[in-house]
Amino acid sequence: MSVNGQSVPRPQPAAASAAGKTQHAGAGPAQLRKAVVVGGNRIPFARTGGAYTKSSNQDMLTAALDGLIARFGLQDERIGEVAAGAVLKHSRDFNLTREAVLGSALSAETPAYDLQQACATGLETVLGLANKIKLGQIDSAIAGGVDSASDAPIAVSEGLREVLLDLNRAKTMSRKLQVLSRLRPKDLAPDAPNTGEPRTGLSMGEHQALTTAQWKITREAQDELAFNSHRNLAAAYDAGFFDDLLTPYRGLSRDSNLRADTSPEKLATLKPVFGKNLGAEATMTAGNSTPLTDGASTVLLASEEWADAHDLPKLAAVIDGEAAAVDFVHGKDGLLMAPAFAVPRLLARHNLSLADIDFFEIHEAFAGTVLSTLAAWEDDEFGRTRLGLDGAFGSIDRAKLNVNGSSLAAGHPFAATGGRIVASLAKMLHEKGDVNGRPARGLVSICAAGGQGVVAILEAL
Amino acid sequence: MSDKYTRLVSHGIGKDLAKRLGLPQPVVLRRHEPGRPLIDGPVLVQGSTGGADELAATLLDWNLDVRRHAIPKEKLGAIILVLDELAHPGDLEKPVLTAAASLRDLAPNARVITMSRTAGSATEPATAAARQGVDGLLRSLAKELRAGATGNGILLAGGARTTSPAALGALRFFLSGRSAFVDGQFLTVSSGAGQLPDDVEKPLAGKVAVVTGAARGIGAAIARTLYRDGATLILVDIPAAGEHLAAVANEVHGTALQLDISRDDAGQRIIDHAAARHGRLDIMIHNAGITRDKLLANMDAGRWNSVLAVNIAAQLRINEALLASEHFRDSPRIVSVASTSGIAGNRGQTNYAASKAGVIGMVRATAALIGERGGSINAVAPGFIETEMTARIPFATREVARRLNSLQQGGRPGDVAEAIAFLASDAAGGISGEVLRVCGQNLVGA
Repeated sequence: MSVNGQSVPRPQPAAASAAGKTQHAGAGPAQLRKAVVVGGNRIPFARTGGAYTKSSNQDMLTAALDGLIARFGLQDERIGEVAAGAVLKHSRDFNLTREAVLGSALSAETPAYDLQQACATGLETVLGLANKIKLGQIDSAIAGGVDSASDAPIAVSEGLREVLLDLNRAKTMSRKLQVLSRLRPKDLAPDAPNTGEPRTGLSMGEHQALTTAQWKITREAQDELAFNSHRNLAAAYDAGFFDDLLTPYRGLSRDSNLRADTSPEKLATLKPVFGKNLGAEATMTAGNSTPLTDGASTVLLASEEWADAHDLPKLAAVIDGEAAAVDFVHGKDGLLMAPAFAVPRLLARHNLSLADIDFFEIHEAFAGTVLSTLAAWEDDEFGRTRLGLDGAFGSIDRAKLNVNGSSLAAGHPFAATGGRIVASLAKMLHEKGDVNGRPARGLVSICAAGGQGVVAILEAL
Repeated sequence: MSDKYTRLVSHGIGKDLAKRLGLPQPVVLRRHEPGRPLIDGPVLVQGSTGGADELAATLLDWNLDVRRHAIPKEKLGAIILVLDELAHPGDLEKPVLTAAASLRDLAPNARVITMSRTAGSATEPATAAARQGVDGLLRSLAKELRAGATGNGILLAGGARTTSPAALGALRFFLSGRSAFVDGQFLTVSSGAGQLPDDVEKPLAGKVAVVTGAARGIGAAIARTLYRDGATLILVDIPAAGEHLAAVANEVHGTALQLDISRDDAGQRIIDHAAARHGRLDIMIHNAGITRDKLLANMDAGRWNSVLAVNIAAQLRINEALLASEHFRDSPRIVSVASTSGIAGNRGQTNYAASKAGVIGMVRATAALIGERGGSINAVAPGFIETEMTARIPFATREVARRLNSLQQGGRPGDVAEAIAFLASDAAGGISGEVLRVCGQNLVGA
């Protein structure tokens, strides 16, 4: 039954779980306490080259932190630990999160660490810190992430770098001149970052185009998902949903990528940008792919006792998380398909099925990513051969998917997406309260470069 | 926002030149600084009534250098003219002319404060005439004072005495640098309610206060002043102003609540936030306001309605929620920001003036409602205040506007904040339904 280590335990039939067994996920070992989401704050996400062109990762992370501090009155508070990270990171930002803490209104005695797991960075900081809270190591924490594609690091070429290092080591003038003579004009070209996978040389979009074609995801379905993302995000803004989740920054009070007036017809006019050489019809456009974006997000986590002692709200509990990775290098699975494996494993651990989830937050790296994942779960063959199940893993109620919009509309500053999703989902769960006598339940799924994925379950409080 | 002219003519050649040319000579006003004495120099308590004696005794307890008779040539910090037993206009002569002899001895930034009874509460025409006479006397005297000195009056009504808590609270306020830009104004003390603070530097200690429109300008100044005075703050502004709001909140150790006050549920959301974080709410400062200027002939529904909705309808709705809330019951205080436009009118501001006059009407009518639960409500009407908004007025217009008052300069946002902080304090508990102008005795609007 196990296929290459990706198999999952058989989930209990839904009927059995509904018939008397506790539906409360994450009971876990008795000695663990709850880690709760108190709230969150992010700055609006800006398309690259826009409002935050001159803002560094540290500027934006500090702004997101300061907004969180202001919302919850955390000035001079010593937080247990702050963890955040960035995917595109300057070497000088080796202590990015700690530097942001020092620049914020928090107590300077708040420790911090950086974390980097590509686009899963933000969610992984939530899970890591929640675990520390559950273990009793800390009582409060701030998770977060930031990315700037505008203020991206540009490195010198390998040739120039080696010359400069050797030059530094050279002691005599003649030796220095000798080293310098090795320089060639081509060494002066800078080395800019790109989103290409180091092992395949393909960009993320080209990788997804392979997967999109493999799962036969139509252009129409992708455009519809993108349209829903914009429509849902715009409606959430209009309803004031983000009033206590977001603090304006540099004149921006909404995500600049949001197109409230877009339509399936407008999206249908866009030309494909990825997968043009695959033979099959190219379906991925700038409208159904996320653009490069700048932004930052934070999430305040705490033990129940800490939240109570500070008269702060408890929106949701962080129940559990799961990471997965796929072998995309040899083409066995698509680059961004790891969550298709992580979610079944996580739900099985909690005896849950897709039907037990009330909100699905599946990160929209590309519309094709979300739809390929859902298609895989609905596929008998995939369920049997790749997940080790009797048949298809299942399908979801689309009305529960990304109900307040997701990355296609909001944008996707890589490491900031996890914090955006967790804070919004926690608020949605809290507002939903109970479903059929048990707390509302939400699933977060985030794909990441390197064939990775991190997923998590949250439950309403 | 800086008034370069005032700095130029405050000393040296500039001062000399302005004097020779007969130009306005504004001085840098004495403003409150924590730890500084209430007032520099002796305080002359003029008047021979029992009320004057009691007051003089109280001021001695405040460690002030009190005089009952002027010493010629001695510079005075303040003259307090106690006129609480006037029965006939003829009674004015002796105390007033005696005080007049000391006017030339007033130090810069001195204070003249009258304490008399409200004319409305007199039944005898002659008594009413004498009491009303103080009004004209004080307002005229305030215009004669120079070098940052101000003249203000305290009116006693009902059972209020010269030493009632709110009378003493108002006296402290007028003597101090907190009232720097308040000139030619009266405050009525209508009851013996109120309580002087244990710590004069922290009169709002232990109080939970909400300030709307707190992201910038006068609202941010109110937040800073209430924080300095010891209050715990909840700062409200529209979501789009959130970046500035967060910065102010972090500065004053408060919480930022991004909320459009014109939402139907704004009052409840404010109460919920205060109750969840602090268990109660003591002080509500209605500062948020907008302008959409247009001559009435060119006015459209959008401009009219948005100004009325934010400036007065929102306050009415929030107050209704507050007065129905169990969390707003312990000597609650409401202070609204009105405007001199709402008193005197202003060309191009029919909508704004209607809303601000509406605030004044609301404050007067709400006084009885909030009085039932031991609280108070008042308004502050700013005149020309140096803010980002007034900095956008064209230079010549601005220069004229800021000199057209007895102090010949614009006020600062902090001056408005000081008046609000005083009216929000328990020391002002016996003052309710009042409108205090912070306008340097602007020539417009009386």
